[in-house]
Amino acid sequence: MSGLRLAWRKSLNGVMLTLTGVAAFSVVAVLFVILGFLIWNGGTSLNLAFFTQLPRGEGELGGGMANAIVGSLKLLLLAALIGLPIGLLAGVYLAEFGSKTFAFIIRYTTDLLNGAPSIVIGLFAFTLAVLPVKHFSTTAGGIALGVMVIPITVRSTEEFLRAVPTSLREAAMALGANKWKTIATVVVPAASGGIITGMLLSLARVAGETAPLIFTALNNQYWSPGWSQPSASLPVMIYIYALAPYDDWHRQAWAAGLVLLTMVLVANVGCRLVLSRRGAARST
Amino acid sequence: MSTATPTIDHAAPPESGPRALVRRLRGGDEVAHLITLVFAATILLITTVMVFELWANSSLTRSKFGLGFFFSSTWDPVAEQFGALPFIFGTLVTSLLALTIAVPLGLAAAIFLAELAPRRLSDTTAFMIDLLAAVPSVIYGLLGIFVVVPLMRTTIGPFLKASLGHVPVIGDLFKGPNYGVGFLTASVVLAIMIVPFIISVSREVLLTVPREQREAALGLGATRWEATWKVVVPWARTGIMGSVFLALARALGETMAVTMVIGNAPKIAASLFSPGYSIAAVIANEFAEASGDMHRSALIELGLVLFLITFILNGCARLLIVATERGGGGRPA
Repeated sequence: MSGLRLAWRKSLNGVMLTLTGVAAFSVVAVLFVILGFLIWNGGTSLNLAFFTQLPRGEGELGGGMANAIVGSLKLLLLAALIGLPIGLLAGVYLAEFGSKTFAFIIRYTTDLLNGAPSIVIGLFAFTLAVLPVKHFSTTAGGIALGVMVIPITVRSTEEFLRAVPTSLREAAMALGANKWKTIATVVVPAASGGIITGMLLSLARVAGETAPLIFTALNNQYWSPGWSQPSASLPVMIYIYALAPYDDWHRQAWAAGLVLLTMVLVANVGCRLVLSRRGAARST
Repeated sequence: MSTATPTIDHAAPPESGPRALVRRLRGGDEVAHLITLVFAATILLITTVMVFELWANSSLTRSKFGLGFFFSSTWDPVAEQFGALPFIFGTLVTSLLALTIAVPLGLAAAIFLAELAPRRLSDTTAFMIDLLAAVPSVIYGLLGIFVVVPLMRTTIGPFLKASLGHVPVIGDLFKGPNYGVGFLTASVVLAIMIVPFIISVSREVLLTVPREQREAALGLGATRWEATWKVVVPWARTGIMGSVFLALARALGETMAVTMVIGNAPKIAASLFSPGYSIAAVIANEFAEASGDMHRSALIELGLVLFLITFILNGCARLLIVATERGGGGRPA
């Protein structure tokens, strides 16, 4: 009897452990399926016109998404200008100056903002920058993305500042530097690699955001000079083109998807490799 | 020692007045403190203004429909009649169904990565799973439309109908025409999107379980699986619950991928093949072309509801994860 029970326990052990392995590898397989489809469908659709031409009218063949690429870059620039300074300095506050209660409140609010659905951030930017002036604009889209950049930058900045060894601070203090000089000339430079990587990661994350843009930056079939007109962007173009009933638009949606995913994944892989190498160097 | 210090202090008595202020400011610490404080407070300001704007801009529908907004299923922008029930229904159904797919899958994968895989394999796999979490949601939507929807129409849907469609109660979930788009497709795409979050948080939590716990169980003669399932997982269960809450919050707020595959029809139906609608999807589809102030107010009120729900879920998730990582959380049952 006990032999039978042992056999049952052992076979259950084998089956369940195998299943956990299958689960892990099927999730990783999804990544390769995504990459495979995008490289296959996007790679065959990508051509020079995609990068150099404006979109054509509904149902017309050809054209490209040059304006959407530039639009996305402009939106990211605005997001960086709005989000990164706030994120950086708030991160410095939390790591270096924060009093107990107020730092807790700020940390909690940051998490709240980080968890807010992106479409809600879009509504917020709409009420802030579209409703008062009655027209969609690049600026409104940049504000939406900028708000999303803030919480990610805050958390990564705080984390990397905290990782700077106390001995470095003590050395600077012992040489007579006061607190802010220590922070500005020793602590922040020591953590700068990590902080900059964290900033790039936060920009990579908002680069693919669609929901906050569809009613702030809207879309534009043409170039969008300046900052106060509606602007095309890659994610919104993918959304619109994928739902349109034209095969040629589907082809371009795949091409845009490939370009966007390449940008996001290259930024992620690069940043994470840099981070893990620094982490390894620190621990040895 | 403590008696010696005051004599030094007497040499430089506590200053007051404008000259002292100038000296302290010239030191720079106070200024730096103040500047960073202002930027940190900006975050608080932004969040407060956000809640205020959503609240103020939804006043029209709040005063006209009151709580009835959440229990009515009429959505008619032309007649200015708005009820949120179909959208709440769609959001809840797709999110919960996505969780039932994603939680077992994610937990199993996390167990494999934390307990079984060699460190290097575990780290590499976790790295790739983090990349999966970084894929923009519009890309998931793109694959949803062109890969999952046709697959659902031609293969998975008919298979489910043939196998489960005749089972008494469950069968009702698989009745009706199968268009490819609908609750089930949206749930599958959502599940794929939230699995990485469940895996990476659960893996971290499982890795914090003390080694002695495993060794004690194995020493008592438990198999590897028994040690994991009856000792390690219960120890980490609070943190795992936290990861589920985080994933749920993401699923509820997810917009693009759902909008692209749910079918966008405000219906409450028992069949999972039926097209539906979600809160985020209706905002994405209708807001830019909202027909009037009342319509816009209704959509903003939906956004406010979504924000409050995710606020609560994220708060719970954070508390649970912190509780486990401090070791004061789950105890082995």
